[in-house]
Amino acid sequence: MRLEPIAAPSFGRRILPPALAIGATFVVAALLAMIAGGNPFAVFGLILKGAFGSKFAILETLNSATPLIFTGLAIAVAFRAKLWNIGAEAQLYAGAVITVVLGTGALSLPAPLMLALCAIAAMLAGALILLGPALLKTRLGVDEVVTTLLFNFIFLLFVSYLLEGPLKDPMGMGWPKSARLIPEARLPRIVEGLRLHWGFALALIAAIAVWVINTLTTLGYEMRAVGQNAEAAAFAGIPVTKVILKTALLSGGLAGLAGFSEVSGLKGSLTLDLSPGFGYTGIVVAMLALLHPLGVVVAALFVAAIFVGADSMSRAAGVPSYLADIMLASALLFMVLAILLTKFRVRRD
Amino acid sequence: MELIDILLSASFWAAAIRIASPLIFATIGELICERAGVLNLGIEGIMVAGAFAGWIAVWGGLPLWGGVAVALLTGMMLGLVHSIFSVPFGLSQHVVGVGLTLLATSLTFYTYRVVLPEVSSPPKITAFQPYEIPLLSDLPLVGPALFSQTPLTYAAFILAGLTALVLYRTPLGLAVRAAGENPQAVAAQGLSVTAIRMGAVVVGSGFMAVGGAFLTLSAFDSFFFDMVNGRGWICIALVVFGAWKPGKAVLGAVLFAAFDALQIRLQQTGIGAVVPYQVFLMMPYILSILALVVMSRRAEIPAALMVPFNKGER
Repeated sequence: MRLEPIAAPSFGRRILPPALAIGATFVVAALLAMIAGGNPFAVFGLILKGAFGSKFAILETLNSATPLIFTGLAIAVAFRAKLWNIGAEAQLYAGAVITVVLGTGALSLPAPLMLALCAIAAMLAGALILLGPALLKTRLGVDEVVTTLLFNFIFLLFVSYLLEGPLKDPMGMGWPKSARLIPEARLPRIVEGLRLHWGFALALIAAIAVWVINTLTTLGYEMRAVGQNAEAAAFAGIPVTKVILKTALLSGGLAGLAGFSEVSGLKGSLTLDLSPGFGYTGIVVAMLALLHPLGVVVAALFVAAIFVGADSMSRAAGVPSYLADIMLASALLFMVLAILLTKFRVRRD
Repeated sequence: MELIDILLSASFWAAAIRIASPLIFATIGELICERAGVLNLGIEGIMVAGAFAGWIAVWGGLPLWGGVAVALLTGMMLGLVHSIFSVPFGLSQHVVGVGLTLLATSLTFYTYRVVLPEVSSPPKITAFQPYEIPLLSDLPLVGPALFSQTPLTYAAFILAGLTALVLYRTPLGLAVRAAGENPQAVAAQGLSVTAIRMGAVVVGSGFMAVGGAFLTLSAFDSFFFDMVNGRGWICIALVVFGAWKPGKAVLGAVLFAAFDALQIRLQQTGIGAVVPYQVFLMMPYILSILALVVMSRRAEIPAALMVPFNKGER
């Protein structure tokens, strides 16, 4: 077989493969649910109900989508420039650590200043974490996939050390957790009484900001040019190395914000289970969104709904909640294939 | 001096060889994929799936070697998935690999929960026992270190030797290497680049899964969710460190495993009382990154690695 580019894809050509990809994902999930002894329709119904069935469920879904919007944006920004950042997990924890360092009483500032300081510091921390692998890539040609992946393990061990040592809560009954943030460092709730914090709004603002950068700024244009063809971009006079480093700072900064938002908005303190893999799930979010910043918001809501829904489905139907992870991984694989098929025709030799 | 005592003890080197074994299987598997031109980032997930598949098969009544075969087949099936996406369709090997790792890992955990719904601790199996090779195991120091290992460890070293033999001494090996260096030349010979690359990914993935199964069938006797713990990513670094050559890759794996065995022992010495244990646990990952940095200047990387091949394109 060989692939033949389609000069002008029809409307159906652009819509059908992604629709089939989503369909195939649900078929895989249905088969697996049946293997586990569940009725697929009941299982999907329970997932839907768990994600959107009540005010509490909807707020839970929005809260769960928040870190995924940040990490999804981080990945989308990086992947668009073909900077393979698989280290959003470490960058997220870096943002969380700095938030805890600044926000547990070391400084006392009025709330708006405190929050701004923590957010900016978290962005810087995340950005710095990715700068290392990005420099290794641009200076020495070391593949950033492996270095960012390996660095996740290193940084999590570092966080584990901090939580058992310098950042350990003296009142924590021996648990490896940090002290709680002071009230000035906590992101308030959007509406009093509803469990949804301003981190969600911040995530939406971040998505719009990335969209503006992508479409309206020179940097956005340069990032895409480098991603499409680095050699041609260099030939056209774009400073490729600088663009890659700027991309890394932006991507790492966005992932760092996820850590700030989770600690300051949701948890109030840092533990080792702050992120159940938001950095990795961000890859799925970004790919499902076709790397589009506003699409990331939609994809993050979809992914969060499946996670939140599967959690409550698992309790009710006895089908393991790992079904959600399988659905997302297969959606990712089917979707990259579908996107290819919107642009290419498969021909037999 | 404690360090010298450790380095001169047979048990230390025996541990290093044992720790190296799963890395050798998986590194050789990755090396085969990369020599054919395909970066297989599914390795971490394939190792998880192999560890589980081999263990659950033995728990279900198969003999130990049957478990190894089940792991091999599981890895080959996952490799087939990877290769369909990455070779004929030429999709981003980064995205496909990470996607396959997520898929294989979640499928494994799902299956675990379906097969063993109500267990608090996973059941144990009777794992491979050390087999002392007659005469050789009586040698001082090297005997207990090299020749009193489990059969799967011997298999790892034999596999590495056979891989080197096939890669460098057979037409098949030449075709695999050429597919990773100059696929146009392979196609010009009338051979199918697609078939060679897919075959390499399928076979390589099978070996990765056996590397995972080493953990459950030989190193330990049970399956835990986080047991692979980044070993797959470390193997990717080991392939680079070994300059894409089987012999050097094995040497790298043993060297790496020796450091790992050393850090475990140093934790129990005076140094371990001062330095936080997390620093020791970080060492394997830091060493891997260092290895990548040190080796980055060498230009032995297969020329067509990560370059999809579409016939007719130049």
